[in-house]
Amino acid sequence: MTDYKHPEVLVSTDWVEQNLDNPKVRIAEVDVDTKAYEEGHVPGAIGWAWNTQLCDTVRRDIIPKADFEKLMGSSGIANDTTVILYGDNNNWFAAWAFWQMKIYGHRDVRLMNGGRKKWLAEGRELTKDAPKIAPVTYKAQDPDFSIRAYLPQVQQSIAGDGVDLVDVRSPQEFTGEILAPPGLPETCQRGGHIPGARNIPWSQACNEDGTFKSADELKALYERAGITGQRPTIAYCRIGERSSHTWFVLTYLLGYPNVTNYDGSWTEWGNLVGAPVEKGASPAR
Amino acid sequence: MRVEEHQTRTLEIDGWPVRLTSYRLGDEFHCTADNVDPGAWLARTKGSTREEAENLAIERARKLLARTRKTGIS
Repeated sequence: MTDYKHPEVLVSTDWVEQNLDNPKVRIAEVDVDTKAYEEGHVPGAIGWAWNTQLCDTVRRDIIPKADFEKLMGSSGIANDTTVILYGDNNNWFAAWAFWQMKIYGHRDVRLMNGGRKKWLAEGRELTKDAPKIAPVTYKAQDPDFSIRAYLPQVQQSIAGDGVDLVDVRSPQEFTGEILAPPGLPETCQRGGHIPGARNIPWSQACNEDGTFKSADELKALYERAGITGQRPTIAYCRIGERSSHTWFVLTYLLGYPNVTNYDGSWTEWGNLVGAPVEKGASPAR
Repeated sequence: MRVEEHQTRTLEIDGWPVRLTSYRLGDEFHCTADNVDPGAWLARTKGSTREEAENLAIERARKLLARTRKTGIS
């Protein structure tokens, strides 16, 4: 993992196994399928539900600062705790949690490379027991929204030529052939993509075992599509979790200096009255 | 407890590729179905045999995939 720009944000399954009893480390599982944790999880790991604990449940937004502080405190996470995140679907929502923890300024948060998939495939220990947590006090920083893209920024980006847009959904969603990943609810009125976006599905950043590809492979993948980090880059998907995975790759593994996650993503753009939409594949570059 | 007899296979359900991951955990077999690309989870089931868990996952995945329409654009 040393060829990445910031290898310190990744840990291996071996490292996690060796640190299960480390009092300075807290492990949290965040899954797309919120029932997965109950089936069995890494010993000592807590479980966070993305749809109730990592978002504002009244309006569409990330978790409010006060709720974030409560979640961290009740999870036994102090400001100096090393937090290891992992989850299903190659860490989709673990990356979503990572992104929010960075918005609120948590210093030491890392992903377990390969996520839940790799831990299970390696036959490592699982438990159904929830850990006993002693609550602590947590003080979050004011949110750093420099890593988040809002609708006006995206609208400005298509008006000029100074920003790279990366659509990380599947090619079928990008072209407009389907409106949501197969089997998932259609939550937008129109199919297609934001004009000018390049389609680099998030999954192309991963190996079959769920781990991230090497820095050289990732660099080649994004540079082939003209995403070099020389310009501000905005990643988006459908609701912002797959794009937080790509945001993580571009920011921490490749070290691109100005990458934002547009969590409004296609469920905002594809429902927006009058928003321009492109259909079909990316033009060759 | 540990995952044992871990297996992954891909099949097609009503024209959609679906990946089944199944394994034994204690006395039960568990199965998850996902839609391969983009990898979203579709179903999580369990049964006393691998076949039972897989069949339940396939049934559930089929119902969900039936909701996805193709627009005719590609």
